Amino acid sequence: MARLIAVGLTAGVFGALFGVGGGIVTLLVLLVHFSTREAAATSLGAIGITALAGVTAYAIRGEVRVGYALLVGVPAAAAAFAGAGLQRRLSGPVLTLAFAALLVCIGVWLIVG
Amino acid sequence: MSLQTILLAVALGAAAGILSGLFGVGGGILFVPTLVALGLGQVEAAATSLLAIVPTAAVGVWRQTRFGNLRVRPALVVGVSSIAGVEAGVQIAIRIDESVLRRLFGVLLLVVAAQLVWRSTRPLRGYADVS
Repeated sequence: MARLIAVGLTAGVFGALFGVGGGIVTLLVLLVHFSTREAAATSLGAIGITALAGVTAYAIRGEVRVGYALLVGVPAAAAAFAGAGLQRRLSGPVLTLAFAALLVCIGVWLIVG
Repeated sequence: MSLQTILLAVALGAAAGILSGLFGVGGGILFVPTLVALGLGQVEAAATSLLAIVPTAAVGVWRQTRFGNLRVRPALVVGVSSIAGVEAGVQIAIRIDESVLRRLFGVLLLVVAAQLVWRSTRPLRGYADVS
């Protein structure tokens, strides 16, 4: 229980700071010893709550652009149907490494750009 | 907002949604750079990304519940405790320089990439029990 709360607090700070939520997966795997699949699924539930709290805190300060959120978020939600189904069939280092390479490219662009 | 911006936003959003389902993230790690590329400031992008995450996470939860992977009580404990951390994160985000925040986000992406590589090179727990 204490570990889950620590995971939540950490996820809240970093989630709100960066506008993300995925780190919860890693924390659940490392600290609470969930399986990768359980961590991925469970983090989605937690992320929903974190994101709602973050949106509220930012909206008070006028930082949320609702139009952009809809343009990106609605297609993403539709596509997540496909993604969640694929996860059951695809597991794998190759896919993960490809995704990691993509993140490195974007990361370097943000740091250097 | 130009038509080109709208089409790009929709395409990148869809790509982020697929990856989010695959890797169990809310999509934010891809929403934020997408929104920055579309011209938003780093803090605006973080704030807007959190709103864009909500429908994706909701769909993901609905799907994963059907697959039996979601553990409801831990999800609630983590989610509710995160609310306490959120205000601290927002305070930091609005206080530090946006270019610093942007670079920190870049570093975060590199850390996530390293962690994904590390995770994929060791035996994956939990994959064997779901077939």
